[in-house]
Amino acid sequence: MEYKDYYKILGVSRDATPEEIKRAYRKLARKYHPDVSKEPDAEEKFKAINEAYEVLKDPEKRKAYDQLGAHWREGQGFQPPPGWEERFGFRGGGFTEGGFGDFSEFFETLFGGGGFRPRNRTGFRTRGEDLHAKVHIDLEDAYRGTTQTITLTVPEVDPATGRLVDRRKRLQVKIPKGIREGQKIRLAGQGAPGMGGGPPGDLYLEIHFKPHRWFRVEGRDLYLDLPVTPWEAALGEKVPVPTLDGRVELKIPPGSQTDRKLRLKGKGLPGTPPGDQYVILKIHTPPADSEDKRRFYREMAERMPFNPRQGMGV
Amino acid sequence: MLQEKVLTGVVLDERFRITLVEVCRIFEVSAERVIELVEEGVIEPAGGPEPPQWWFDAPAFERLGTALRLERDLGINPAGAALVLDLLEELGRLRR
Repeated sequence: MEYKDYYKILGVSRDATPEEIKRAYRKLARKYHPDVSKEPDAEEKFKAINEAYEVLKDPEKRKAYDQLGAHWREGQGFQPPPGWEERFGFRGGGFTEGGFGDFSEFFETLFGGGGFRPRNRTGFRTRGEDLHAKVHIDLEDAYRGTTQTITLTVPEVDPATGRLVDRRKRLQVKIPKGIREGQKIRLAGQGAPGMGGGPPGDLYLEIHFKPHRWFRVEGRDLYLDLPVTPWEAALGEKVPVPTLDGRVELKIPPGSQTDRKLRLKGKGLPGTPPGDQYVILKIHTPPADSEDKRRFYREMAERMPFNPRQGMGV
Repeated sequence: MLQEKVLTGVVLDERFRITLVEVCRIFEVSAERVIELVEEGVIEPAGGPEPPQWWFDAPAFERLGTALRLERDLGINPAGAALVLDLLEELGRLRR
């Protein structure tokens, strides 16, 4: 088990006053609150800050923690000193205003677990915490729907010891067809367990699309950059285009330029109404990699004088 | 351990609707608390003027959950939560 330097976590000195500790906590809690912060590890930091505050705000816990000495360093291997339980008697639970799974092994060993949050003062019956997870799926799976296997770490009570343990849990979840980037799926009762007969929390899965090699997504619409030749763009031509539903033929109107946007109605993500697929033409020139081709380009320049920068006055 | 059963959740999309009673059960809060949050402008119900007629869409449902967590974790009152939520939404729009 690793030592936790609660003073360092809150960024206060060991002789900080209760007011200084509270101010430091409030400031960090606002910064790392998972609903507010965009930091990738906000949830972990928020938990660490809460754990540190839980100890340092309580004179008894702070006194006991201080007696471990100031020579410990954050992350150092740690075992509680002999006779800790007899001296301080925190074990057995109920001394701590924490939710299930909020605290580290270090905290649980020193101060016990199994407390209850003051947010629900109706007694010990408390609903479990909601859990939030991000799921990254392929665009093709959003188009057709899929079943995704999700692995989560969920706190659970070990029936043998009565202590909290983190358990890896695998769930198979149906991802409905037409789901969009950023949408959430609520799975009732799949969150952290409740206490004292309270119901479990819910699990919220936030859906994100893995980057696709061809398509960009905006809502239900898809965008595809389609390479075309100068003669396909100039003369008009039917060309094959990939869609999530397979290959289709698209008629390029004559006289098209790069960045012309063509719409394939209803070829976006399913829904009511379904999205569209937009095809953005990108004219690619053949490489002038032989004397014959270079001569042909020079001939084009002579026979088709053209200044695409005319509008710039140059 | 693999749970063979495939779970089907509810997508929080434009078809999502939830009543006041269901909201109270899910978040374990009283109807009075939800009414207070409506009065403070944290969330807006649809369905009618009286609480028994109310239903909430997905954005309102998510705002309510966030407001309750902000109050529990940071001691932010409903008016403060409404402001935070509006600013977070504005920030989200700017980031997009």
